[in-house]
Amino acid sequence: METNSNTVIKVEGINKSFGDNHVLRDFSTQLLKGENLVVLGKSGSGKSVLIKCIIGLLKPESGTVDVLGKNVPELEQEELDQLRVKVGFLFQSNALYDSMSIRQNLEFPLRRHRKNMKQEVVNQLVMEVLGQVGLEDTADKMPSELSGGMKKRIALARTLILKPEIILYDEPTTGLDPITGRGISSLMLSVQKKYNSSSLIISHDLACVQMTANRIVMLIDGGCYTTGTWKELQSSEDEKVKQFFE
Amino acid sequence: MNTSGIKGFFLEAGAIARFSGRFFREMLKPRFEFAEFLRQCYFLGNRSLPLVAITAFIMGLVITIQSRPTLVEFGAEAWLPKMVSVSLVREIAPVITALICAGKIGSGIGAELGSMKVTEQIDAMEVSGTNPYKFLAVTRILAATLMVPVLAILADTVSLYGAFLGANLRGAVSWQLFWNQVFSTLVYGDVLPSLIKTFFFGFAIGVIGCYMGFTSSKGTEGVGISANSAVVVASLAVFILDLLAVQVTDILKLN
Repeated sequence: METNSNTVIKVEGINKSFGDNHVLRDFSTQLLKGENLVVLGKSGSGKSVLIKCIIGLLKPESGTVDVLGKNVPELEQEELDQLRVKVGFLFQSNALYDSMSIRQNLEFPLRRHRKNMKQEVVNQLVMEVLGQVGLEDTADKMPSELSGGMKKRIALARTLILKPEIILYDEPTTGLDPITGRGISSLMLSVQKKYNSSSLIISHDLACVQMTANRIVMLIDGGCYTTGTWKELQSSEDEKVKQFFE
Repeated sequence: MNTSGIKGFFLEAGAIARFSGRFFREMLKPRFEFAEFLRQCYFLGNRSLPLVAITAFIMGLVITIQSRPTLVEFGAEAWLPKMVSVSLVREIAPVITALICAGKIGSGIGAELGSMKVTEQIDAMEVSGTNPYKFLAVTRILAATLMVPVLAILADTVSLYGAFLGANLRGAVSWQLFWNQVFSTLVYGDVLPSLIKTFFFGFAIGVIGCYMGFTSSKGTEGVGISANSAVVVASLAVFILDLLAVQVTDILKLN
């Protein structure tokens, strides 16, 4: 695979299995700067495993995962922590800390990485990201007081607070109604424009894929089956690809 | 117990030992989570305090009431404060405190961390560049190790007040006579070993609660299993540690 100078993530020939279940087989792809790349695949096809290998939560058995010029599986913990400041991760389950208020949830990454930041600046940043996701009045609420769509927006706000260069979205619209799902998809697009970030989106929600994808990679049988734009794949004659768009 | 059960037991014991080993490695590394540690001390100590105090008072009262008839039979009623104070301080108050903490703190930690594990909050912490073991486990284990002895001292004191009340329900022992007898009976050999073993009880409760939470799986069902296992295994650990502590103090002739 050729490396473009604009490549921010390059995954090459990774394999990952759990016991006898070989989830990823020689999977390769790359994400370019400013691009929205969607990895489309069935449930259980290994999409979440792929994204967890990219962020370093799982270690592939072989292959390289190059993120912003660094091979993630070989990084020491400290280097990995530094890299993770530049890579935001939106979890499928939102993963908001439910013992903390929304404000504390948003302050948490700042307190870890901007240790000397004054409280006024922290407050300002918290309100800025809450404004970005349209939930300024929720700062002092607890996660349990919010709806599913609001939790997703807060999770996105927490991801944005460190102004990451890359955002990884794990099933961002799963479990949401179509209207809220579309709202989250358009929020993802506006965030990308404002922060000039690159996004890797894991999804099987076609409405979200159509709205957000510049390019789509189809993950089938653990490998990169094909790649293309929404239009190219929608008009494909390949049976496996057609199944997704019917 | 079948072979796989025995093998499973040793594998689990080995995994808990490795988890404990990691505690010492992580504890010594810089960036100590002092604020979170204090928060955990407050929560673990404060949440268990009323239950420990009430149980200790009742235990002191009941042990005294139960012991009295036997001592009366032998004409040794005057020894009641002496006998009860030794039983309470050496054994009953520390073990009851540890068992309450195994139930309250152990299950609380197991359920909280288990729920964080299955809802990806621990992963989220790791992704945000925080060592979840250090932030969640080290602080809770340290807090439990320090708070269980504090609660045990409280239980010792409160149980003796219960014993004073128990001694006066059927008999008449003055406040001064009761405490004179208690303090003339208790020596460092009674108090110190029982205090030292509570640090081990607290450590075991913290480690087992955190281990069960961190290894939780299978969604919400797994959270329940983690909380339950934390209580069962921590309670068993308390009894095993107590047995070892009694053997050691006996061999060293500290009693």
